Amino acid sequence: MFFQFDTLMDFLYMGGHGIYVWPSYAVTLAALLLLAFSPTIQQRRFIIQQKRQQRIEQGVKQKRPEPEHMNKT
Amino acid sequence: MDWQWFHRLGSPRWFYEKTSRWMPWIVSCALLLLIVGAVWGLGFAPMDSKQGNSYRIIYIHVPAAFLALAGYYVMAIAGAVGLIWQMKLSYLVMRAAAPIGAVLTFLALLTGALWGKPTWGTWWVWDARITSMLILLFLYLGIIALQGAYQRQQTANKACAILALVGTINIPIIYKSVDWWFSLHQPATLKLVGQSSIDPSMAYPLLIMIAGFYGLYSWLVMHWTRSSILEAESKTRWVQEIVAKKGT
Repeated sequence: MFFQFDTLMDFLYMGGHGIYVWPSYAVTLAALLLLAFSPTIQQRRFIIQQKRQQRIEQGVKQKRPEPEHMNKT
Repeated sequence: MDWQWFHRLGSPRWFYEKTSRWMPWIVSCALLLLIVGAVWGLGFAPMDSKQGNSYRIIYIHVPAAFLALAGYYVMAIAGAVGLIWQMKLSYLVMRAAAPIGAVLTFLALLTGALWGKPTWGTWWVWDARITSMLILLFLYLGIIALQGAYQRQQTANKACAILALVGTINIPIIYKSVDWWFSLHQPATLKLVGQSSIDPSMAYPLLIMIAGFYGLYSWLVMHWTRSSILEAESKTRWVQEIVAKKGT
């Protein structure tokens, strides 16, 4: 088994078929990257949104005035 | 018989925790296979005597088509499990499989067109294999559209599962289309039984690419499912703990 092409240009040109072969690989790579990263982006967005929610809930808890009269009875 | 494993399998939390450990291994194996397979196929496999170098598209065309079909079964079976046992997790897997399958089907069609131009002299023909593959793309897109068409999640899941199950009729038709009808598309290159019509020097990188695509596919399904698990279970304690732990 050895490398089938003599020069880099040969490898890119592929006897005239490079214009079909390379775009196939490029589009596949791009599509697979899109599939791989879109849940990652969605997950990050979800966590940011949930963190904001948690902060809001904690803020509400802290700001709520202590019902002191209830403790005294 | 102990059915505990089966019920545990339906638990989104169990799935999330298990896959956290598996996923780095799966994706590294898959990437290694894909890189080796692509370099071998592009540079080291011998040139085809009839088709020249255009045949090197086979190393993504065939694996993408394989997984487009296998992924449809994954989606339909997940839908069936959801219908029968009302498992939350299986509907999430079904929903995750739809966009991945749609992209793979699109890639199979696109690389097929790019391969067809230098080999047949045309980008597209309305023959059995290609048309049934186009129907597969529409089935995937239909399921994605149906997911958003209902107000209630549960109704949408059921409708999608039924459409996915009805659509499985298309899969054997795609497989057999090159044998049943006269077609421009070449017959199956790899055969489980009998002699494959491809030389081993060309077949090894193809098998490596198929294995790599299988690995990548399972990783992608896990990744998409996990993301939707977090959203579906956002009110639960364990998800809130994950959110609290993660820095933004």
